Amino acid sequence: MFLAVPLIAMFGRVDWLRLPTLLTSPAATDALWLSLRTCLASTILCLVLGLPLALVLSRSSGRWATAGRILASLPMVLPPVVAGLALLVALGRRAWLGRHLSAFGIDLAFTTAAVVVAQTFVAMPYLVVSVEGALRSAQEHYEIVAATLGASPTTILRRVTLPLAAPAIASGTALAFARALGEFGATLTFAGSLQGRTQTLPLEIYLARESDTDTAIALSVVLLIIAAGLIAVTSVFSRVRGAPS
Amino acid sequence: MIRTLVALTALAVLSACAPAATPATTPSKELVVYAASSLSDTYTSLGRSFEAAHPGVTVKFSFDGSSTLVDQLKQGAPADVFASADRPNMDKATTANLLSGTPSMFATNTLTIIVPKGNPARITGLDSSLDGKKLVVCADGVPCGTATSKLAKLVGVTLKPVSQETKVTDVRAKVESGQADAGIVYVTDAKASGSKVDTIAIKKADQVKNEYLVGVVATSKNSSLASQFVALVTGSEGQKILSGAGFALP
Repeated sequence: MFLAVPLIAMFGRVDWLRLPTLLTSPAATDALWLSLRTCLASTILCLVLGLPLALVLSRSSGRWATAGRILASLPMVLPPVVAGLALLVALGRRAWLGRHLSAFGIDLAFTTAAVVVAQTFVAMPYLVVSVEGALRSAQEHYEIVAATLGASPTTILRRVTLPLAAPAIASGTALAFARALGEFGATLTFAGSLQGRTQTLPLEIYLARESDTDTAIALSVVLLIIAAGLIAVTSVFSRVRGAPS
Repeated sequence: MIRTLVALTALAVLSACAPAATPATTPSKELVVYAASSLSDTYTSLGRSFEAAHPGVTVKFSFDGSSTLVDQLKQGAPADVFASADRPNMDKATTANLLSGTPSMFATNTLTIIVPKGNPARITGLDSSLDGKKLVVCADGVPCGTATSKLAKLVGVTLKPVSQETKVTDVRAKVESGQADAGIVYVTDAKASGSKVDTIAIKKADQVKNEYLVGVVATSKNSSLASQFVALVTGSEGQKILSGAGFALP
């Protein structure tokens, strides 16, 4: 009840007659496309960077692995504004890493790339944690069996480890996408807000709320529906994972 | 891992709930003031002097964007005083019958350009020196953004900002950190940023004024205390503190 009531109330407040007009305003469509584009990019980045990390973490133990695990899941519990500040301190125009980047002609400040960086930073832990958990929990003995049967490490990774983790990878990916979609604080702090470039759906909702609550609610409902779809995908995959294999 | 997370969440929820229970047991009176974010420094010190003059009274503040505060008042937020950073939002409140009596104007604010210390992008004013530079402004629809576009029109320049922030404090933060080359903020924000920024005055800025209004909330249970707070703001002591922070007086 506690979870459902506010969400259902939102549907009650939607101005259904004006909904098409509200959603087709340039600011709204720009925000929607930008959100989908950046989330896709950041989800791919999460996979490229997060999968190897999850593999390494799941097969390591000891103090360094624990430290790595804590670091890898920290952005998940950080307030997003703190994540944004951290990015600013590391990658800002005045920061050490940011200065080196701009020496190479890369200036992240106020670009769409900065949005993707912020989203990846907050979303990757979700992928890493769920994949790492799945990899660590069960299947080391499958790998050992495969190795005793003469499979090379690459074959084991390709034929045993990854297929076994596939449901976790899929649900982790959906979670990361959903988290990137909802990303607000880090984007606002690190990337700014400009229509079509850095103003993603949550930022546009925040801005619309200042002047036009109807648009804000219409966009919120769109976000809600996308997020619900993603979670449905996740739960389908976790049921697959739960099924006896 | 998950169990630890659950435990931590539970702990966080509990610790967040705990202080809410205490005010009920204290007998003192409480005055709740809803005020625009740009008033946070001045109103906090005014609140302290109000508490000193009225023993047993605690002044509690909620600082946010004026339109957010109006929304919250519409939903029945338990406030005694409401101070808005512009007239349109105060008008919204009065047309919704949220205030008792007519609100009074107590200050005005104008816009200025701030640049990171030393002005690395060599901005000269609201002119072509901003072209191709990283300019951050307030978004249209929030009071400082509406004022910014009005002023740009008056001066006859087209602004090409890299970011339009919902809060003027976000504009400030981006200039202070050096992310942006220039930002357009209120004079009071420039003053609050202090030595972290340089200020460049805008010609004709005095022709676009934001008016600050304050009034007593209709549903207030402490309306006489609330009127006394309004009197403090509009009185000589309040005006002294406000002008010290850079506000112009009506």
